[in-house]
Amino acid sequence: MQRTTKEREFRDQEARLRDLCLLGLAGDARAYHDFLKTLGPHLRAYFRKRLFQLPDEVEDLVQETLLAIHTKRHTYRQDQPLTAWIHAIARYKLVDMLRARVGRENLNDPLDDEAGLFAASDTDASDARRDLDVLLQELPDQQRLPIMHMRLEGLSVIETAHRTGLSESAVKVGVHRGLKALAAKIRGDT
Amino acid sequence: MKTDELITLLALDRLPVSYRSGRGSMLATLGLGALVAITMMYFSLGVRPDMDQAVALPMFWVKLAFPGALMLAAIAALLRFGSPGFRLGKLKIALALPVAVVWVMAFLTLANAAPEIRPMLIFGSTWVKCPLSIAALAVPIWIAAFLALKQQAPTRLRATSAATGLFAGACAATVYAMHCTEMEAPFLAIWYVLGILIPTVLGWAIGPKLLRW
Repeated sequence: MQRTTKEREFRDQEARLRDLCLLGLAGDARAYHDFLKTLGPHLRAYFRKRLFQLPDEVEDLVQETLLAIHTKRHTYRQDQPLTAWIHAIARYKLVDMLRARVGRENLNDPLDDEAGLFAASDTDASDARRDLDVLLQELPDQQRLPIMHMRLEGLSVIETAHRTGLSESAVKVGVHRGLKALAAKIRGDT
Repeated sequence: MKTDELITLLALDRLPVSYRSGRGSMLATLGLGALVAITMMYFSLGVRPDMDQAVALPMFWVKLAFPGALMLAAIAALLRFGSPGFRLGKLKIALALPVAVVWVMAFLTLANAAPEIRPMLIFGSTWVKCPLSIAALAVPIWIAAFLALKQQAPTRLRATSAATGLFAGACAATVYAMHCTEMEAPFLAIWYVLGILIPTVLGWAIGPKLLRW
């Protein structure tokens, strides 16, 4: 009984996420925002469960996975369950982080830190340790300006085009490339 | 940085993307690599001089079909490896089948031949040049395959790297078959396979570090 309810919940969630994702892929920003927003807590729970000894890594990993999902969204094939695609990416990012960590810290043992036991209890999303604004400053103007106008002032593509003197497609491309460059930077500094 | 901020930022990207266009650019990149290899073969090795008679022989087509089939299976494998969450499944059979068929053909040829001509069937006259040329022609194809996969999201790096090498080797062997004048199955079964194996093993060994994303 309980099992079938769980399965149905899973199917409903899959269908809902998939609808949002497909709309997002076609360029619907609202749906895409909802898609990522729904995904966030799922990813957080997934990583938290597997990284209970490394709580500091969880939010970094959530963000890195969201970025990966975004920059690699053209690899999602529509006849494939969305959950399988996301799970494979999340798992890849988890293994990648752990592998890099082992390489870095195989002499001291970060997994066994008594002092950290009562240091913090986190129930919701903590900040990741990197600073977005600093990274944004490093982007070239063509990419940075459209992102800044749209993000801080909530301007639309058309308004941003007016404000910056760029064409609409230049704004879109600028944002697209800027986010890609940002993703590369975020990967580079972890 | 808060995750919500990041999500808002990502949703600013209004450029629609599709699997289809991603696949298209991947195939185009692979094709470009093959084109470079064909050009290399044409100008450095040259097409076999007896081409007009060779096309009448079944063995000429077997020599193209064997690496060609392997190449197509490798393309299918690369397409799957590029998308997270896909497994090879029955494709493994398609990857093994061309080699199995050539090995059976080689075995039958050797079994039916007189012992004294067996070395001829195996070594031909170009057995050193063959695997080395295939490996050399595979270089531009491997670079293309690697660049194509960089745009995708391979999650099984070791297997994906081997597949890029296999594709490069199989494609290079198909190109090399236009130059090569050996016409015996045992030659194919050993030296072509070896030529394909060289980039596959190299890809397997060095690919994972390069493909990381």
